[in-house]
Amino acid sequence: MSSVSSDDFRDSFFQECEELLEAMQDGFALMVSGAHEAETVHAVFRAVHSIKGGAGAFGFDALVAFAHHFETALDKLRSGDLEAGEETLMLFQRCGDHLADLVSAARDEAGGPLPGGEELREELDSLIGEQPQEEEGLPAFEPVVLDLDAMGEAQEGPGSISILFEPEADLFRSNNEPALLFRSLERLGRLEARADLSRVPLLEDLDPEQCHIQWQLGLETEESEGEIRAVFEFVEDACRLEISSLGAAGLEDGDLPSLEDLISVSPEASLLAETAPPPPAQTAEKTESATEKTSGGPPRGAATATIRVDLDRVDKLINLVGELVIKEAMLSQSIAQLELPSENEVSGGLESLKQLAGEIQEGVMAIRAQPVKPMFQRMARIVREAATATGKRVRLVTQGEHTEVDKTVIERLIDPLTHMIRNAVDHGLESPEARREAGKPEEGTVILSAAHRSGRVMIDISDDGGGINREKVRKIAESKGLVSPEADLSAVEIDNLLFLPGFSSKEQVSELSGRGVGLDVARSEVQTLGGRVSIASTPGEGTTFSISLPLTLAVMEGMVIEVAGQTMVVPITAIQESLQTRTAEIHSIGATGRVVANRERLVPIVDLGETFGLRRTPQNLDGHVLLMVETDSTTHCALIVDAIQDQRQVVIKSLETNYGHVHGVAAATILGDGRIALIIDPDSIIRDTVGAAGADLQLQLAR
Amino acid sequence: MTDTTTRTSGKGREVVAFRVSGQDFCFDIMSVREIRGWTETTLLPHAQPYVKGVINLRGSVVPVVDLSERLGLGAIEPGPRHVIIITVIGSQTVGLLADVVSDILTVNEEDIQPVPEIAADEVKAYISGVVVVEGKMIRKMDLSRVLPTAIREVA
Repeated sequence: MSSVSSDDFRDSFFQECEELLEAMQDGFALMVSGAHEAETVHAVFRAVHSIKGGAGAFGFDALVAFAHHFETALDKLRSGDLEAGEETLMLFQRCGDHLADLVSAARDEAGGPLPGGEELREELDSLIGEQPQEEEGLPAFEPVVLDLDAMGEAQEGPGSISILFEPEADLFRSNNEPALLFRSLERLGRLEARADLSRVPLLEDLDPEQCHIQWQLGLETEESEGEIRAVFEFVEDACRLEISSLGAAGLEDGDLPSLEDLISVSPEASLLAETAPPPPAQTAEKTESATEKTSGGPPRGAATATIRVDLDRVDKLINLVGELVIKEAMLSQSIAQLELPSENEVSGGLESLKQLAGEIQEGVMAIRAQPVKPMFQRMARIVREAATATGKRVRLVTQGEHTEVDKTVIERLIDPLTHMIRNAVDHGLESPEARREAGKPEEGTVILSAAHRSGRVMIDISDDGGGINREKVRKIAESKGLVSPEADLSAVEIDNLLFLPGFSSKEQVSELSGRGVGLDVARSEVQTLGGRVSIASTPGEGTTFSISLPLTLAVMEGMVIEVAGQTMVVPITAIQESLQTRTAEIHSIGATGRVVANRERLVPIVDLGETFGLRRTPQNLDGHVLLMVETDSTTHCALIVDAIQDQRQVVIKSLETNYGHVHGVAAATILGDGRIALIIDPDSIIRDTVGAAGADLQLQLAR
Repeated sequence: MTDTTTRTSGKGREVVAFRVSGQDFCFDIMSVREIRGWTETTLLPHAQPYVKGVINLRGSVVPVVDLSERLGLGAIEPGPRHVIIITVIGSQTVGLLADVVSDILTVNEEDIQPVPEIAADEVKAYISGVVVVEGKMIRKMDLSRVLPTAIREVA
């Protein structure tokens, strides 16, 4: 059983690359926002370095070569030879994108350099090449000892340096002697040593193996801190050492803060935190503990224990839980038929079983849930590329990137989201000149946010551009015959014209978003996920596209209905209301057409039974119910159903696995009686019966 | 005849024999997942007439094909005495509606004879050979032809 093949290693390398690239993107995002610390640069450097190392092991030469260049440049940034300016960061981000491309090329075994790599490499070279002289004159740091966020001021001499030295037992075990260390220090300058005996316990409590004495040393020296640390080089691990510069002033006895003051507050606290804060220019605080603090920082991304699980296993589990829920429903149906007295044990037990099953289901679903962050990171790249292509300056702000959504939803959302993001940059934002004229900052902002709202996931794409030019939109729609010139359209209805197939608002087809694929495709992709898209736009202030998605593709809330003896489910999200045929105002148009007046509009009536070829539309609608369904805010239709049974959560089952796609049917589900019910797809039914330009037809009727 | 087929079982293959509208058919037992009684199906819109609908097979949605109608022998009105043979064809699970499962036989490859020329084209399209057992002629069904392509066409 050789289960670990080189393929497995390869796979895990690429998985690791994904994580490393994510960490790298994170780091860049932090740097751009200006909130980065030395550790951020380190993390990015480490990520690139690890990719290079792994790639070398697998012989991805192009990847190694580029990563090496990139790494060299990052190293300059790390060592402080390079400023993290805007342009530098832009270049780095583009390099990061290129690195990601190389990784995926390597994964697809399309090795070899990719276009654009050479240019980036040259840019990197020129960036590194011109930098060093700027920082000339600074003595080199001792890399092993010094932290890299070190500032040059430490070398200012002659200065007084205060050293807190607290040996541990190991120091003595390894035959070191504080007195000898002090003598070495004395050679560097004028040394003053004070022993703090306050922690020495009474003899009966004394642990003879431990050192209870702390030394506070004052050293006046011209030597660098590195030299001082070199003295302690061999004992560093066996003592607590805090070195801080106290500025150039001569050190008088009285200048030293009394040790008692320092220690009594909090022995762990950094020494300087307690002394009166000295002028920053004169003090470079470089204590050991301080270094740890910066690297620890806020517990950002604290390592959580994770495991990698094959997706198939999770899906199998989800299926089984789905079964469990169905079985539970079947059981409760049979028990209900027994007509047991209320308050019986069976019903009570069943109730807790139901609750357990529900909780298990939720828990299992959560396994498939993934944060939208990686998707958002991809969008950051789309924005960068779109900005370059259109010559606009764009800042992407992401919010709620830890919002979790079903993995499949995320995967299938990438295309429509990419389209909308490009759209926002290309069509939404104005050119820098136009922005200046409008009194806006030249840099446009695109906000991408995700949030959970009432059991659904909302993803908003907002730009602070000029808003939708409704007049223009309407003119284009008229010229393309999508809407009649007489139609009386509201602002929302005009906005929704953007979603009509064959609509492309940019007069000059740009290479970016004018690829013949309109917003209608993006919207229908969202719809296949059970989602909906809406637009809100304010002239001069910007446009927001909102995508509302179900949390999972495994269950949904549905209305169980009956048509021609068949039980079906209508997604609750599509249903507006139900009307009694007796009271509804129904008009006939021609021999078969019928409409119902509802909320000041005439809505076409569709019989599900006839659409599905199960029966002929009944002439007399008495005893039937009209279910008002809508697609994204413009198109409505009224479905004739025989009865409404129930509203409940249904487990979504694929019809495609063993059969195929059925027109007008989204999926199937299993009801409490074990029978299969079809989940209808209102969007495709409306499209079929009302037509593609349904919005228009309806609006004309409405007049 | 029976003797030879059973004795040389080492080389033979086991097949499930069943009856559809009075005619005997069989196919490889390895394709059969289970045999169950008729259960009411949920009708599929826009489906071919021989697709009787879908049933719930332990959580999977499985289409049921009326073999009789598929083979041009006329639709059957399914009742409790009919059986659904659940088969796995490729990656699809499909239920086949038959009158009754009659036997499990061992058939040698060399006993399978070509389909006689006189057979109607409709039937011929779905059988790959015939084998005579105890004076009965059993048609060996080519499962891959029975439906998946047709079903995909509907889709």
